[in-house]
Amino acid sequence: MLSIETFVVVSVIKIVIALFVLLTAVAYTVWLERKVVGHIQNRWGPTRVGPFGLLQPLADGIKFIFKEDLTPPHVYKPLYIAAPMIALICALTSIAVIPIGNWVTIGGVHTPLQITDLNIGLLIILGITSLGVYGVALAGWSSNSKYSLLGGLRASAQMVSYEVSLGLSLIGVLIVAGSFSLRDIVDGQGGHFWGFIPKWNIFYGGQFVAFFIYLISAYAETNRVPFDLPEAESELVAGYHTEYSAMKFAMFFMAEYANMITVACVASLLFLGGWHGPVFGPPILQAILPVFWFVLRVFGFLFVYIWVRGTLPRFRYDQLMAFGWKFLLPLAIANLVITALVVAWRA
Amino acid sequence: MLHLTLFLIFGAICVAGAVNLLVQRHPINSALSLVVVMGSLAGEYLLLGAEFVAAIQVIIYAGAIMVLFVFVIMLLNAGEEERAGGSRVALLLGVPGMTIGSLLMAWVLLERSGTQSVMMGALPGPPKIIGWLLFHDFLLPFEVTSVLVLIAIMGAVVLASHPEPSQPRKKVD
Repeated sequence: MLSIETFVVVSVIKIVIALFVLLTAVAYTVWLERKVVGHIQNRWGPTRVGPFGLLQPLADGIKFIFKEDLTPPHVYKPLYIAAPMIALICALTSIAVIPIGNWVTIGGVHTPLQITDLNIGLLIILGITSLGVYGVALAGWSSNSKYSLLGGLRASAQMVSYEVSLGLSLIGVLIVAGSFSLRDIVDGQGGHFWGFIPKWNIFYGGQFVAFFIYLISAYAETNRVPFDLPEAESELVAGYHTEYSAMKFAMFFMAEYANMITVACVASLLFLGGWHGPVFGPPILQAILPVFWFVLRVFGFLFVYIWVRGTLPRFRYDQLMAFGWKFLLPLAIANLVITALVVAWRA
Repeated sequence: MLHLTLFLIFGAICVAGAVNLLVQRHPINSALSLVVVMGSLAGEYLLLGAEFVAAIQVIIYAGAIMVLFVFVIMLLNAGEEERAGGSRVALLLGVPGMTIGSLLMAWVLLERSGTQSVMMGALPGPPKIIGWLLFHDFLLPFEVTSVLVLIAIMGAVVLASHPEPSQPRKKVD
């Protein structure tokens, strides 16, 4: 047990590191997206700023900070200012319960690689994500512009609809794992079966259907292609953030990418075995390798995200709703019932 | 000590949000105040040890139901409410009634309920216990409630569905 001072110091250090890593990851996910989509479309993507355009996120950040922060005269100011903050705060907070590796001992302090380990970690993530809708909805409403309002309405309807399938797809994993704690869920996926196949939930737990439901709902939750109707450029200019400029716009942008990373982390933890992988070598390597395997999975998930964006066209709105309610939801319920029956049979 | 301080802070936020809900003239501000009330209630539940209920409170009430409230307000584009002059009946009957009611409730809770004050973290919190209570001890009320909700959903679908295409609606000139 740590003393209260050590606990505070360790927590603050972990929070600072996690936020720094997350924001850097957000910046470089944007770079990765521009690069990968560029290559998919037979372009180069950013090349001018630094080698391979690697300093492009830095240049973008400086540009956002120095741009004029326009506030249109007809907006409802308190909510117009609060909306991007709500979006970004909700996006950044959920990283607090995400574990990225095993326990480590640094300088005599034994601590998990995670800001805080809660026994309802998964529910906390769901709760915070469900609050993130307010950022988008209020931005759309307070901008007092028809494009923003339509974007905000679409976003809130879409996010509420797909949250149901998202939640139901996760319950299958919860039944298999028997815990809400993300760490327990990952610990349950160690080892192999039939000699070589890893015991990840997507294979061993039979949750591959749930994984695809989660994948699709997560794309809709984060307003990404092919579900990016809230910001459909060809119809709504830019949707809910049409009236935003400079850093406020950047906050929405950062929130979207931070949400993508959270979603990728949750997918890796729940379905893809978290940080399990071959661990060998000296102690320092044994401490780092799990984190490396975890980051590799998150990177793979983000790459698929971008790949899909470069490949698929956008849904029509009625197709989106019909798909969510008439296809994904029954499928998620069926998966849940079958998983429950199988688990009950085994027990 | 820390628990008690946090409990009081969340309680104060909750009451302030509830008062703000009544004072605000714009419906969207009132709706957002209600979100604050829900969120601080979740904080209270968490401090009492009911972590599952707290999480559900945020996910269902703050995250889904209130989003629909805000959605409807946005859809109707409801503007600022006109403030009606104070009603005399409300003043004469409502204020004394509310005072007596809250005093009665406090008296019953403090003196007559037969329970001592709840210890911090003493309530059944873990999901396993909640699930056991719902699907074992209170199975019948739980299932009856779910049927009730199902009926409500079906009623909403019937009300919202379009009239049948074979009988086109008469035009009103």
